[in-house]
Amino acid sequence: MAYPAEYRYTKEHEWIAVDGSTGTVGITDYAQNSLGDIVFVELPKVGDRLEAGKTFGSVESVKAVSDLFSPVSGTVTAVNEELVSVPEKLNSDANTTWILKLELADAKQVDGLLSAAEYEAFTSEETGH
Amino acid sequence: MAETVMALRKTALNATHRAHKAKMVDFGGWDMPVEYSGLIAEHMAVRTGVGVFDVSHMGDIQLRGPGSLAAVQQLCMNDASKLAVGQAHYSAMLYPNGTFVDDVIVHKLSDNDYLIVINAGTREKDVQWVRSQIGQMPGVHVNDFSDYYTQLAIQGPKAEATLQKLTSTDLSVIKNYWFTWGQVCGLHNVMIARTGYTGEDGFEIYVPSDEPTSARVWGEVLAAGAEFGMIPCGLGARNTLRMESAMALYGHEISDTINVLEAGLGRYAKLEKPSFVGREALLAVQAAGGPKRKLVGLEMVERGIARDGYPVLAADGTRIGEVTSGSPAPFLKKNIAMAFVPVENAGVDGELAVEIRGQSVKARVVALPFYKRPKKAVVA
Repeated sequence: MAYPAEYRYTKEHEWIAVDGSTGTVGITDYAQNSLGDIVFVELPKVGDRLEAGKTFGSVESVKAVSDLFSPVSGTVTAVNEELVSVPEKLNSDANTTWILKLELADAKQVDGLLSAAEYEAFTSEETGH
Repeated sequence: MAETVMALRKTALNATHRAHKAKMVDFGGWDMPVEYSGLIAEHMAVRTGVGVFDVSHMGDIQLRGPGSLAAVQQLCMNDASKLAVGQAHYSAMLYPNGTFVDDVIVHKLSDNDYLIVINAGTREKDVQWVRSQIGQMPGVHVNDFSDYYTQLAIQGPKAEATLQKLTSTDLSVIKNYWFTWGQVCGLHNVMIARTGYTGEDGFEIYVPSDEPTSARVWGEVLAAGAEFGMIPCGLGARNTLRMESAMALYGHEISDTINVLEAGLGRYAKLEKPSFVGREALLAVQAAGGPKRKLVGLEMVERGIARDGYPVLAADGTRIGEVTSGSPAPFLKKNIAMAFVPVENAGVDGELAVEIRGQSVKARVVALPFYKRPKKAVVA
């Protein structure tokens, strides 16, 4: 699956879409594919302050737990409650299934993240292909 | 980083798994498929239809000679004198202190010939242990046949219908934990055993481990099962299937620090046998009033998934044990775990908790196994 060019990416396999001062965060297709069947998502609360590079929750597949890392700092303005009952949406459409939205603390942090091309190169390195 | 990684061992089907786009993992030093199409789909195929697993990483030790029964009796806790030719049973090799070298399946091939199927992760240790114990015994030879066979597990309610298409041997007369030899996929003298590690009906077949033969049989098995929705299954589903059925996994529910009575496997330890390694230690545990801790089943009551190694807490928050295996159960659609806890906390329906990343999450003690397959309907 292609990685949307308008998103930015982390080496921990999250994506962020930025619109003005609002960021929307999800996990990448590579992440959902490595995890396998996702059965559980632990979400932060609206109002939580996230710090760039720090964990804010987790996703679990049948066989593994994986922490979620915030791409940037900011305050959570919305969480995708649907994922509590339908976590497998992250498998079926990682690119458009959002986990949370946040108000960016510092929009410049986005510049330090990977572009789609850089992220794709990074994942190819990880899988050794 | 320096390249200190040991080369992973491969089964004869390694290239086949990779061609099928399986996700591969290092499992006890073996490069093995953890899943193909998806763990949940594979798990459900075995519960409701049929699936096939490559379990060639399992080891096979043959004890042969007039002294073979005496050797098996001394090495393994179950009573092999009760086995008929063509019959197998669950057993274990123990250390003198009553803990596990490994759990095994003992097959009686003939009066002077036994095959002990052992775990992959403990293969070398097991073979060494058997050789060291057998060294002084008369009339028995030890052969390590581990690399001679590609072992396929065909598991699920449609396993018999699938395999029957590939053999002239009447599978319907093979009872659970019995085996025979027959022609399979045109190969002569293939061992066909009604055994498995999924809690479902099924067969394990042992074919020559050369790559072309292994790949051909794998392909023919999948083709035969296609009409029943058969899919290749990985070690991920194998683990969740055995967990639902509460079957032990070495390093988890059994190990060299867990004794047979703690593990709840006392019914397979025939203490009335005059002698076997570990017997005195188990008698001593019994004489002291039984084990102090016990393996229990847990079902999560609150939202959360218990994982291997997570602490188990009493209702008052005291840490009383540890999860040995924990996972979502795909068929039962519950989050389940097994754990060792003090006997006073082991009562069914008791309320305990599992500490999940710093949070205490409520769980209930339930009877094991979590899942038992439905009895076959008696057809008139």
